Amino acid sequence: MITRPFEQLGAWSMARVARLGQAALFLFELLVLSWRLPSRFGPAARKAFRLIMHQLYSVGVLTLIIIVVSSAFVGMVLGLQGYNTLVDFGAESSLGLLVALSLTRELGPVVTALLFAGRAGSALTAEIGLMKATEQLAGMEMMAVNPMTRVIAPRFVAGCISLPLLAAIFTAIGVLGGHFVGVVQLGVDEGVFWSQMQAGVDFYDDVMNGMLKGVVFGFVVSWIAVFEGYDAVPTSAGVSAATTRTVVSSSLAVLGLDFILTALTLVEV
Amino acid sequence: MNSKALELWVGIFVAAGVAALAMLAFKVGNLSTVEVQDAYTIKGRFDNIGGLKVKAPVTMAGVRIGRVADISFDNSRYQAVVSMSIDGRYQKIPNDTSASILTSGLLGEQYVGLEVGGAEEFLKNGDSLQLTQSALVLEKMIGQFLYSQASKDK
Repeated sequence: MITRPFEQLGAWSMARVARLGQAALFLFELLVLSWRLPSRFGPAARKAFRLIMHQLYSVGVLTLIIIVVSSAFVGMVLGLQGYNTLVDFGAESSLGLLVALSLTRELGPVVTALLFAGRAGSALTAEIGLMKATEQLAGMEMMAVNPMTRVIAPRFVAGCISLPLLAAIFTAIGVLGGHFVGVVQLGVDEGVFWSQMQAGVDFYDDVMNGMLKGVVFGFVVSWIAVFEGYDAVPTSAGVSAATTRTVVSSSLAVLGLDFILTALTLVEV
Repeated sequence: MNSKALELWVGIFVAAGVAALAMLAFKVGNLSTVEVQDAYTIKGRFDNIGGLKVKAPVTMAGVRIGRVADISFDNSRYQAVVSMSIDGRYQKIPNDTSASILTSGLLGEQYVGLEVGGAEEFLKNGDSLQLTQSALVLEKMIGQFLYSQASKDK
């Protein structure tokens, strides 16, 4: 029949929309539960705090190494490339500004979010998906423990806290990497390097804007990672597909949102 | 891993993040440079402000003493009105001071340079500068230069 492709397209679109709706409902429940985590008192609050602490370790601290190493290299490459381009115009004194602006505005939050999706997001999905496949989540429900509170909300909160911190560390180390190549290796004047940077980088417009991106990316990447895990088909193939989807869709979401956030914040006369 | 070591690592991680943000604020950003304090506003009317932007520096003798707070257009006199916030530490600016729009370097950003006058009275909040000089528009200068060359050749 000639209508067959349209039927398929319709079915596909409906499935997408339904999944988006599921993700939104999941997010709503997650936000309510995450909000309740620290607002309880007594032993329950301590327990929640400990759960978040454990996740901060596996999501944040273990991601630190890849962030530090890659930011140092990104900063050094920016220093080299920037120097080689700027020196043709006799403008190598602006190297510090170039490195700092590219890192604070764009590369810091975006590259951190991409690395975070690959390092921590995939691990979150695989862990939760495997818990589902081995029926640990169902087991918790049997014991009247809500897996959303016990397993998912702490991971989500830890992801939201970690990414902005990691982005700040990425940016700072990247600037130091650019400083190492520009000042120590290529001989740009140290004072000019920092003073041009301070004259051109605005705390609110550039640094805080980058941090805002970090917060938004942390929220989105953590959301996608825990949702894909919770929603995974409970088989080995299903968990593997969910992990792949986490990395692909959070990378796409980060890059798309980055464009939107940049367009929103740069529109000023 | 026992929970003491784990807490230690998380503590180090959070502290490193906050330290990085502090470094970005004070070493990379401009939070350490003192902002304009207890500012008072003066105005200047210019025939042409060129590429002057809000937040551009206002300098006197090359030292930054304030920034451009607002730029608007006066439809009755067809002039640009530039409001400048001047740091409250610098109260004694004579009221016949002149302002000109200058460019830092050949292609740098534009800023307002104040040239001190000789009057006994000082500028107060809301006062207007009487003497102003417009921005130099490079295209106009090149045009004039070409005209003068052409007339010389005849």
